[in-house]
Order: sequence, then C-alpha cells, then structure tokens
Amino acid sequence: METLIDNIISKSDITFEKYTPKDFKSGIDVRWCAGCGGYSILSQVQRILPELNIPREKFVFISGIGCSSRFPYYMNVYGFHSIHGRALAVASGLKIARPDLSVWIATGDGDCMSIGGNHFIHMLRRNLDIKVLMFNNEVYSLTKGQASPTSHEGQITKSSPLGVLDTPFNPAALALGSSASFVARTFDRDTKHMQLMFERAAKHRGSAFVEIYTNCVIYNDKAFDFFTTVDTRKEKTVLLEHGKPLIFGTNNDKGIRLDGFTPQVVSLTDSTWSVNDLLVHNEKDSTLAFILANMTYNESLPRPMGVFQDIERPTYEEKVEYQIQREIELKGEGDIEKLMRGFEYWEIS
Amino acid sequence: MEKQVRYLDEVTIRFAGDSGDGMQLSGSQFSDTSASTGNDVNTFPDYPSEIRAPEGTLYGVSAYQVHFGSKLVKTPGDKIDVLIAMNAASLKVNLPNLKKNGIIIANTSGFSDKYLKLAKYESNPLEDGSLKDYDLHVIDINSIVEKELAGSGLTPKNIDRTKNIFALGIAYWLFNMPLDYTQKWIEKKFSKKPEVRDANLKVLKLGWEYAENSPDFKYRYRISSAKLEPGTYRNITGNEAVALGMVVAARKAKLPLFLGSYPITPATEILHHISGYKQYGIKHLQAEDEIAGICSAIGAAYGGALGLTTTSGPGLSLKVEAIGMAVMLELPLVIVDVQRAGPSTGMPTKTEQADLFIALFGRHGEAPVPVIAAITASDCFQMAFEAARIALKYMTPVILLTDGYLGQSSEPWRIPKLSELPDISPTFYTEPDYQPYKRDPETLARLWALPGTKGLEHRIGGLEKEDITGLVSHDPLNHQKMVELRAQKVERVIQDVPDVELWGDEDAELLLIGWGSTYGAIKTAFDKLRNEGVKLAYIHLKYLNPLPKNLGGFIHKFPKVLVPENNLGQLKFVLQGKYLKELMGLHKIQGQTFRAYEIEAKIKEVLNI
Ligand code: SF4
Repeated sequence: METLIDNIISKSDITFEKYTPKDFKSGIDVRWCAGCGGYSILSQVQRILPELNIPREKFVFISGIGCSSRFPYYMNVYGFHSIHGRALAVASGLKIARPDLSVWIATGDGDCMSIGGNHFIHMLRRNLDIKVLMFNNEVYSLTKGQASPTSHEGQITKSSPLGVLDTPFNPAALALGSSASFVARTFDRDTKHMQLMFERAAKHRGSAFVEIYTNCVIYNDKAFDFFTTVDTRKEKTVLLEHGKPLIFGTNNDKGIRLDGFTPQVVSLTDSTWSVNDLLVHNEKDSTLAFILANMTYNESLPRPMGVFQDIERPTYEEKVEYQIQREIELKGEGDIEKLMRGFEYWEIS
Repeated sequence: MEKQVRYLDEVTIRFAGDSGDGMQLSGSQFSDTSASTGNDVNTFPDYPSEIRAPEGTLYGVSAYQVHFGSKLVKTPGDKIDVLIAMNAASLKVNLPNLKKNGIIIANTSGFSDKYLKLAKYESNPLEDGSLKDYDLHVIDINSIVEKELAGSGLTPKNIDRTKNIFALGIAYWLFNMPLDYTQKWIEKKFSKKPEVRDANLKVLKLGWEYAENSPDFKYRYRISSAKLEPGTYRNITGNEAVALGMVVAARKAKLPLFLGSYPITPATEILHHISGYKQYGIKHLQAEDEIAGICSAIGAAYGGALGLTTTSGPGLSLKVEAIGMAVMLELPLVIVDVQRAGPSTGMPTKTEQADLFIALFGRHGEAPVPVIAAITASDCFQMAFEAARIALKYMTPVILLTDGYLGQSSEPWRIPKLSELPDISPTFYTEPDYQPYKRDPETLARLWALPGTKGLEHRIGGLEKEDITGLVSHDPLNHQKMVELRAQKVERVIQDVPDVELWGDEDAELLLIGWGSTYGAIKTAFDKLRNEGVKLAYIHLKYLNPLPKNLGGFIHKFPKVLVPENNLGQLKFVLQGKYLKELMGLHKIQGQTFRAYEIEAKIKEVLNI
C-alpha cells in the first residue's frame, strides 16, 4: 500500500553527506552544571555519529525526564523530549512505524529503571533496534537529590537521610535478564572507551543498552571515584574484550579466573596461575554474561567495563515487516472493500 | 402436521445457558441469519466476567439477545418474547424480563435436582405449574442428541456441546428462517474435524425437524423484511466497526495505521481485529501496559503514522498523562474508550457512560481535546473515521467514546464505498523555512514535519513551547498565549461539527437530550409517545467537545429539558454550566443501557401524563 510517508522513508537514503561532530550540535546552550558527566557523554556521541554513514535526518533522540533527558535539545537531529519514564515506549512505536530511522534514547537511572522500568524490560526482550544510553549517577538529580533505584544500600540522600534501605538494581544484569541482545558498560571519564561502546551499540542490530557511570557533581559527587579515577581504575576495573583473558591491575598483574561458576581474582606473579588459566571473554556466551554482570557490586572483584553480551537475533520491527509481507504473499495485498464486507453480506435494493 | 403461521413486526429472542453452553454462538448465528433475510437486527451479548464461571450457578449465566423486526429496531429489545433456557439458573435470571405469554424453550436436563439446587429453586418450575402464564416447551435436548449421535465417534463431551445447535434449529423453525447461513458457517468452522462438522449439521436439522413434527409447537412466526436504504449490508459490532473505521481512515489519509494497545474488557476485540489485518499493511504493538499503548501510538504518530490507542476506563485513567503530552506536542492521535461500569475495576463486562468527565477534563493543566461519541454499533465506523479526520486536520489527540453496549452489540450496517468517503490526507512540511509551531491560520494546526526530512531537524517535547519556533520557553506571557492557542484550536473544531438536528415538535414542552449509546432506547420511547400523540422534541449528541453551535438555542427554547444518561448526570452538568439553565436528568447506573419503557415512564412523569 502506498502512503504519503513512503517518499520520506526512502528519499534521504540516497543523499548522504560527510559530517563532522559540529553538524550534530544544535547550538543551544548546554545547561548542565559545570563538571557534570553529561558533557563528556554528549561530546562522545557527537563524535561518533558522523562515522556511522547514516544521514543526519535519520537520527532521532528520544528522552524522558531528568538531567540526562535534556540531551535531545543539544543535538542537531530530530529530538523528542517525552515524559517521565516513557521514552522507550515512544521510541518503540516510532521504530515499528519507521524502521528506517536510527532511534536513540538518552535516559537516567531513575527515568529508565524506576518509573520506566516496565518499558525497559519489555523493549529489550522485543529486541527493537533502539540504542539506550543510560546515564547512571545513582541519584535523582533534576528533582534535587533523592535515592534512585541504583543508589546503594545505606546511601544518604535527601529522601533517605538515614540511609537507603533498598538493594540497588544491577542494570547490566537486569538488561541481560530481559533478554537484551547487546549490553555494555562504560564511564564518563574514559572518553575513548565511551566512543567505542557507543559505536559498538550503534552497529549492533537490535536493542543496545549502554550503562554509563556518570558523575553528578551536585548530588552524588565522586560516587564512582573508587574505581574510575586514574589512580583507582587499573586496580578496580577490568576490561571485557571479546576473545581476550580478563587481566587487570596497575601492572597487568592480576586476572579473573572461574572457580566453577564463581569468578575469583588471581595473581599472575606468584606462579600459581598463568594467563592461560584466566577467564576468556566471549560476548556470544549468555551464561558468561550473567556471571560477569554479577561481579558488579562484589567489592572483592574489579568492576567489569565493556561489552557483556553482543548476540544477534531478529529485531522486532523486522518480524513485524516479515509477518506483513508473508500475509501479503499468502493472501495478496488486502482489499479494504472486501474487508469491510466481511464474511457474510447481502444486497438490499 | 399443519402449523398455524402468525405475523409479527418484531421479536426479541434470548438464548440463555451456562457460560460453557455456547449461547453466544447460537445468538450470533441467529442474528446473522435474521439480518441476511432482510430484517433489521439489534443484538446484545451478556456474559459473566469469569471466563468459565462455576457450572449451573446464577452468576454463571451467559446470554445473547437478538431483537429483530420488519421495522427499524434500535435496541436489543426491552422485554423478551422467546427465552431459550438451557438450565434452571438461566430461566431464573431471565424470567423477570419475559413477556406474559412469552415462549419458553427449556432443556430438561438442565433442570435436574443438582441444577435446581444451584439455581436455588425449591421445586422444579417446569413441573410445579409456576410457568402457567407462559407458552412452555419442555424438551430433553441432551437425550435427543445423545441418541442421535451415539456411534458418531464423538466423545460425550462433544455430543453435549451440540445442544445449543439443536436449540438454534428450533429457533430457525419457529421464525421460518433458512438454515444455510449456519450450515455454511459449520462447514467452514469444522472443516478440519469432519465428525464434529457432520454432528453439528445433523443436530441443526434435527432441532428444526423436532419442532416441525412436535404437536407441542402449534405456531410458526413470520417477520417480513425491514425497509432499509438500498445498498450492501452486513452485521457489525461496535468494536469491529471502530477497527474498520480506523483502517479506512488510514487509507483515506494515505497513512499507515499503527495501533498501540493493551488488552482490556470490553475494548479488546478492537485489538483482536486490527492485529489480524496484517495483509493490509497495518502494524500494531500489544504493549506491556496501557501507558506504553498510548506512548507507542504517539511515537508512531511522530513518525507519520495514523496513531491509535484503544482502551476502557481503567486504561484511560492510565493514559491521561500521555494524552496531555500529545496535547503539548500537537500530534494527531485517536484514543478510543469503550466505557465500562466503574469506578476502579467496577463491572468490566457491563456498560456505562461515566467516562465523559475524564474524557473532557481528566488531565492536569489546561489540556482540552475534542471528544466525540458513537450512537449505535454501526455508527462506530463513522465516528472512528471522524475522530481520525479531526485529529489529522487539527493536529490534536481526539477521544472517541463508545461503550461496552455498543462495542458488543451488533446491527446491520450499510457498507459505504471507499469513494463515498472524503480524502483526509494531511500535508507534511518539507520546505527549509520550517517552524514547528507555526500554525495554519484557519485550523490553528501546527505544521507537521517528519523525522527523515532533510534539513528540518527540530526538537519537540513536553516542556512549554515558544510560539512559532517551538523552542523551550518559560516566559510567562508566552505560556498564556500557548495555553490560549491550544484551547482556541480545539474550539475551532466547531467548524467541523455539524449543527444538531431537532427531531419532533418545535412547540413541545419537553426537549430530550441524549448522547452516545442511549440513542436506541430514547428514540424508541420518543417515537412511541409521539405516535400516541404526545408532543416531544429530541436531540442526540455525537460531538461533546466542542458542542454544536446551535445547541444552546434549543436548550433555551424548550421549557423543560431532560437528559437521560448512564451516569449521575455528567452531560447535564456540562450543559448546565455552559448554557446556564437548570436541566432534569434521568440516571441509570446499573451496568445496562436504558430500556425504552424506562425513558417513556420518566417522560410521562415529567409531563404529568
Ligand atoms: S544536577 Fe547532577 S546530573 Fe544534573 S546537571 Fe548537575 S551535575 Fe549533572
């Protein structure tokens, strides 16, 4: 069936230009606090989009509510600042209706995992080709400092003056549990790693979830310093790289080994274990992805950064198109007048 | 044996039994057959909320009522002429509505001690003489079908399942109706199970022959065809009519249709229908919740699809915030609320008109939207189309109110030709001078540019917009201006609202004003009293916001105005506020639409006659 939007869907595919990051800046003053982790995320996104060979008019950034959700205003692409928690639901409808668009979400830990939690898990299981950048600052910042679903137990916030009682979500594990096909983690201080993760997410076909530890200088400053500063990073994080053993430490002198299903830190210098004994990362192994995600809040283990899982499965919007095409092949293109007549009709003259 | 034929104008027949007895099927087959012979038909299914309520209980009774006639029938019938009662409970529940001398066809096996006890009968009504005022036919349907199908290879359970078809055969005989519509249906339905197909075909005929040969059945009835406007007709329920109305609207708008919906009684059939229309290129998402249902439809609309979300009261409550967002974004969207009895879970399968307030006012901030209502099952098609037309023309969400009664009931529908319907296609902006909140001077609709349009990249969102540019603005005067512009835009919809027609007598003392699904009952009462010489005037509203231009004049013209509604007076409240005149109400909140005699009684009371 021909529609008015066919033209718009197909037209821009053939007109591709070479862009620079500047082309993706909207020119609107960025209003985050000085030192907010959001700035770095914004720059890295603007840096990688020109590399993707996608016409600029095909990008849509959708957000919910929160500091992170101002993101679309700063991007010179199509932008949709929706309501609290609903970005993924809006994006799902858009992507199903318009598979030609490259749909991205800017969201935060409260927006995505609390009020929007239901849409989050369902979008991931459906595997819509939507990229979700979740700015995790472990606090509600736009509403001025309340506990969020990723705040740690005991965290003092304005809404938990005596300490948070809840167990925090482990976003990577939640995403994996929702059958996400791509799950990655990065942090605002490491611009190169962020770029890499965004690029990987962009190139993945299907739902891509990237958790970004983002410093909020006002309501949760330095929350991630214990593993993200130049001083702590080497000892407290481990990089996940497909096909490579999990090695970390200031002198690359430690590794992660599996004892049964339990990861443990081993020293590579006391000659008990060698590199050959270490866990080798495999992004295609879903069981392994869960084990790695579960390292997250274990203080005896370094925090994993990188791609937990990257597996291929058909996207929801492809399956929708497939069903339509198959029905048309089987039954022919629908004749609306016939549909209106239904199973039984009669003439009155 | 010779049977006497009696001629009737109209008849109401009710098939009643356990929810597992197949009464919905018998009823809908009867209604389709009746319509295909040229009768006007109006039906209403009535079933418990439980899918399989405990067998034999009073609350487990499922029924399907068909009102058919040679004249136009506008309601499923007030009182029943023929009651088919498959068990004791179904007799007990429905007897109060049976006319004196009405026909009862009772299946004796449903009146065993066990069933009598479940129905709380002290003695068997089929035997104790308590039904002497009715034309009672007692038949042991179970033994008849068991005997006939012994050796057919069917399990006892499957044999038991044919008894509704036997009853249907009797009903066809009684009203001189052909069997072929149902025969064709059985052949198609059970084409893969030949033994079930053959058993059902056999039992259908058996029922017919039983009545033909039984001395107990002395009369047959004939109803001549109704005088309907020439054209092609079919039977349609309100829910299917909404589905088709939207499909056709999308075609005439030259847009793809997208439905985002979450299952909810009694609106789910719209989702069922539309999800089956894949060959028409229609996309849908059965969303994770009501909020995702509407938000996905808004997302699709943002991408240039005709966005639709369908729900009932509890779901509308959940969608309220997103409707406000659509108001702010000024995107076209159709929201269909198939109202049910509330508040809260209320009575999910029962009808009500009590969502008018939430449709008109249920949003935070100043967030007006056009609200329209369908008045009959087939009108749901027209009004769904109308909702889409207004949404696209004015770039606004539109709420269409139907209800459980309209959604489930069916009637013959004259199928329009696609060429009879107007083109409602929107214009997408593609010029480089695009300003997202620049407006069409006539409709005040903002200009619509789709993602994917080169050079028109822009941002929209729920924050207040600066006039014309659409940039975020907290400027006080700009906010006032935008609030007023959005309100004025919805007021401009009045350009598309036809003047109301006044039916009846200009010099009447009493004006009746109804809206939505009460049309059938009010019109029937109105016609009847006018035939009896009572002077009356009547207006029935389909446009609730904005209200028709000429309505106020009529309200002030008549000394008395009565507003019957299936709520506590919501339209009355709105009209009183707008037109500053005290009106009278008639409020029925029983999970059922009005019966014509209830309206008639109220009119008589008001007029002192
Ligand atoms: S409050 Fe925190 S998250 Fe929000 S802009 Fe400031 S630093 Fe960033």
